[in-house]
Amino acid sequence: MQTNLKVKRQDPEANGSQPHFQEYSIDIHPDSTILDALIYVREEVDGTLALRCSCRASICGSCGMKVNGRARLVCKTRVADLAPEGEQLTVEPMGNQRVIKDLVVTLDTFFDQIKRVEPYMKPDKEPESGEFIASNESMTNLLTAMNCIMCGCCVSDCTVLEVDDNFIGPAALAKAWRFTEDPRDDQRDQRLKTLNDEDGGIWDCTRCMQCVEVCPKDVAPMDRIMELRDAAIEAGNRDTHGYHHTESFYNSVKKNGRLDESRLALDSAGWTSIPRLLDLVPVGLKAMMKGKLPPLFPHKAEDKQKIRDVYEKVEGERE
Amino acid sequence: MYEHDLLIVGAGLAGLRAGVEGVQKGLRTAVITKVHPVRSHSNAAQGGINAPLTDRGDEWEGHALDTIKGSDYLADQDAVEIMSSEAGDAVLELERMGVIFSRGDDGRLGTRRFGGQKVARTFFVGAITGSAMLHVLYEQALKHGLQVYEEWFVTSLIKEEGAVRGVIALDMKTGELHAIRAKAVLLAAGGAGRVFEPSTNALICTGDGLSLAWRAGAPLMDMEMIQYHPTTLARTGILLSEAARGEGAYLLNSDGERFMEKAAPDYMELASRDVVSRAEQVEINEGRGVDGNVLLDLRHLGRTFIEERLGYLQEVAVEFLGIDLAEQPVPIRPGMHYIMGGIKTNADGETEIPGLYAAGECANVSVHGANRLGANSLLDTIVFGRRAAKKSVEYVKSIGENGSDSEAHLKAEKERLQALLDRPKGARTAEIRNEMATGMTEGIGVFRDQNSMEGALAKVHEMRKKYDASIYVENKGKVFNTDLMFALELDFMLDCAEAVATGALMRKESRGAHFRTDMPDRDDENWLKHTLSYKSEEGVRTETLDVVVTKWEPVKRVY
Repeated sequence: MQTNLKVKRQDPEANGSQPHFQEYSIDIHPDSTILDALIYVREEVDGTLALRCSCRASICGSCGMKVNGRARLVCKTRVADLAPEGEQLTVEPMGNQRVIKDLVVTLDTFFDQIKRVEPYMKPDKEPESGEFIASNESMTNLLTAMNCIMCGCCVSDCTVLEVDDNFIGPAALAKAWRFTEDPRDDQRDQRLKTLNDEDGGIWDCTRCMQCVEVCPKDVAPMDRIMELRDAAIEAGNRDTHGYHHTESFYNSVKKNGRLDESRLALDSAGWTSIPRLLDLVPVGLKAMMKGKLPPLFPHKAEDKQKIRDVYEKVEGERE
Repeated sequence: MYEHDLLIVGAGLAGLRAGVEGVQKGLRTAVITKVHPVRSHSNAAQGGINAPLTDRGDEWEGHALDTIKGSDYLADQDAVEIMSSEAGDAVLELERMGVIFSRGDDGRLGTRRFGGQKVARTFFVGAITGSAMLHVLYEQALKHGLQVYEEWFVTSLIKEEGAVRGVIALDMKTGELHAIRAKAVLLAAGGAGRVFEPSTNALICTGDGLSLAWRAGAPLMDMEMIQYHPTTLARTGILLSEAARGEGAYLLNSDGERFMEKAAPDYMELASRDVVSRAEQVEINEGRGVDGNVLLDLRHLGRTFIEERLGYLQEVAVEFLGIDLAEQPVPIRPGMHYIMGGIKTNADGETEIPGLYAAGECANVSVHGANRLGANSLLDTIVFGRRAAKKSVEYVKSIGENGSDSEAHLKAEKERLQALLDRPKGARTAEIRNEMATGMTEGIGVFRDQNSMEGALAKVHEMRKKYDASIYVENKGKVFNTDLMFALELDFMLDCAEAVATGALMRKESRGAHFRTDMPDRDDENWLKHTLSYKSEEGVRTETLDVVVTKWEPVKRVY
C-alpha cells in the first residue's frame, strides 16, 4: 500500500537550519509498522534520516516518537491502524526532551529524572543465605512498574513537564513506586517523605492522564503516583499543600455538595502560612480583573444529602 | 584522552555485571556501549534463567548433564561444571539486588520447566526475565557509580606488542572519534543474529565484538553452531518464549497432531531447541504446515494463566497478528535466534590475546556446544561476566602503566573512516547486507549440506568484495550519523558471516544445530572437536581442538 510520511527534520550542523517537515511517499506491505516504514525510508530513500530503533518488538524502548501529535512506540504501531486509506502520518521527535537530530532526542532528561529517585533497592540487611522471603502477590504487583521499558513516551506527553522541568516526571515516579511497594526495601518511609516534600515531587502531577494513555506497557504512571500520594499521607506526611488541597477538596464537597474554590486556595496554602497566602493576592487580583474570581461564599448543591450519602457509603466501606 | 583500567564493550547483562564487579574491586572501570544500557538485547530474553539450587534439593550435576546433552556433547565439560555449580549463587545474588522473581506459596523463588530438562529449575519474571534482570543491573550500575559511555560505537581495538590496550570509538552524538586507553578490554558485545535474515535478534546484534576480537588475532570457535528457535511469530519473526511450552503449550501441524510425538516421545515439546526446530521444519517441508508455519496452541492453559505468566506473548500475538492466545493457536516457525559459537575463551573469560577478555553471547567458553538450552544464556552472562571481570582485575593489577601510542591508532582510524565518507557514490549498506543475510539463511539453515554451505560462503566472499570496492555512506554529517555506523557494522557482519560459513564447511558431521542432510550422523571418532578459525593476512586459517570431557562420556542423544 502507498503511505505518506511527513517527518520533522532537524540538523544541528546545517547552518541556521530550522526544524522543518519533509515528506516521503513510499510503497509498503499492508501489515507494516510505522517503524518498518521509517527504516525503509532510511535504507532506501534517505540515509541522512536519524532515528533510534533496535528490537522491533516493543521491548527495548528505543523508538518512542510522536505520531500525529501523540507519543508512541512506532514498532508496535501499524500504519494501517492509523492511516487505513493512506492518509498522511506526521512523525515528530518526542516532546519535553531536547532534539539531537531529526527523531533522536537526548537521553539525559529522562535518565536524570530516574536518578533522582535513588532507583535501587536499599534493604537494611540482606539474608545471610538464600533469597529474601516475599509473597508472590507482592512480586506480581511490582510487575506493573517493572514492565516499564523506559521509552520516554510518558515524559514526552506529560503536561506538567511542559511547564515545569523540575517535575520528577511520570516514569521516575513509577520507578519510585516500584521500591516503596517492594517488601524487601527498608527505606519506604524515607522515600515517601522525600517524594512528598521535594519540589517537583508527587504533588505536582495534575492528573491529566496523558501518561496513562500513551504508555505502551500499561505501567499507568499516574495511577502509581496516586498510590504514592495515598501511601505518603498514610505514612503521616500531612503538612504539605498537596495534602491540604486534597483534604479541603474532600471536606468542601462533603459539606456543600460542591467545590468551594476560594476556600480550596486558602486551605491549600495553609491558614498560618503568611508568605504563601500573600502569594495568592496577585493571582486573586488578576482573576478578579478578568471576572474569574470564585465566589467568596460558595454555591451549594441542591441535593446535598445525596452527596453525603455517597460519602457515608464510601467511608463505611473503607472502614 | 580517556583512560581506564578496565573497559567493557557492551552494556547488556554480561557487561553490566562485569562493570559492577570492576567498580567494587576499586578499578577505574567504564562500560562503552553503542546504545543506552537498558536498550541492550539482553532485554529480549523472556522465559527465565536456569539454576540448580542445591539448598532445596536440586543437584548441579543434573543441570550440567542436561546442558552437556543439550550441547550434543560439544560443550567443554569443565566449563559447564563451573557454570552449573555457580548458578545458584548467581541467581540468589540477582534476587538480592532486587530482581522480582516469581515466588512459590512459601515466599521463596518459584520455577517453571524449560526445554531439554526434566527438572523445573528455571527462575523467571513473567515473560520479561531478561528485561527485569537488565533493569536491575542498570540500577546497580547507578548505585555503584559505574561510568558509561552511552551511544559510543567501538570501531577498532588498540593492540600493541601483542596485547590489547584500549579502543577507538565514535561518539555518536558529536561524531568525534576518540581513543580510550585501557589496560584490559572485556568484550561483552552480544551476538551476531543480523548476519541472518530473518532473525529474532535486535538490529544492534551485528557481531561487533566477534569481529573486533577476530581482527585482533583471537580465534572464533564453533561458529557454525547457529540456534534456530522453534517458536518465532509468523511473518514478523518476533520471538515467542519457550516458556509457553514450558508451561504446557502444544505444537500442532495442519492435521492438529502433536507431531513432537514422533521426534521426541519422552520430552515432547520440551526437547532441545535444535530437535524441535528440525521436527517443525520437517512438518512444513512435507506439507503438514500452515502457510510455511506450524501452530503453537495455548488455549488449554486458560486466559488468566496466560495473562499472568505469559503476558508479553499475549501482547505481541494480539498486537502483531491480532490473535488472542486464549482463543486461537498462533502460527510459528523456526527462526535464527542465537550463536553458540564465539570468541574462544577459557572459563575466566581469557582469550588468546593478553589484555583481551570476552563474556556473554560473543564469547564461546564453551558451555553451549552445538545447541544451547533455553534459559542458559542469561545464566552464562551472569556467571561468566563476573568471572571474566575478576580475572581481568587480577591482570590489570599485575601490569604496569599503559604506554600505548593511542594517538597514532586514532589518526589511522580517522583516515580509514574519512576514506569511507569521501566515496561519492556506490552500494548502500542495506543492499549488501540483505543479500548477505538472506544468502546465509538459505545456505546455513535448520538443514544444510555441502552445496548450500559453499553457496553461502561464495555469497559472503562476493559481498565482501562488493563492500570493499563500493560501500557508500550517503550521510556526510557528524551528528548521530547512523548511516556511517551501519556501514561499519556491516563490515563486522561480513567477518562473522565468513567465520560461520567457514566453520560450517569444516565440520564433516551432524551435531546439534549443525545438521547436514548429506552427513546426517554424529561422528564422535573424528569430530568430538571444536572448529577454530583465525583471521590472517592470507585469509582464514582453520584448526580443530579436542572437546574437554570430564565425567560424561558421549552417548546417543535421545529426547
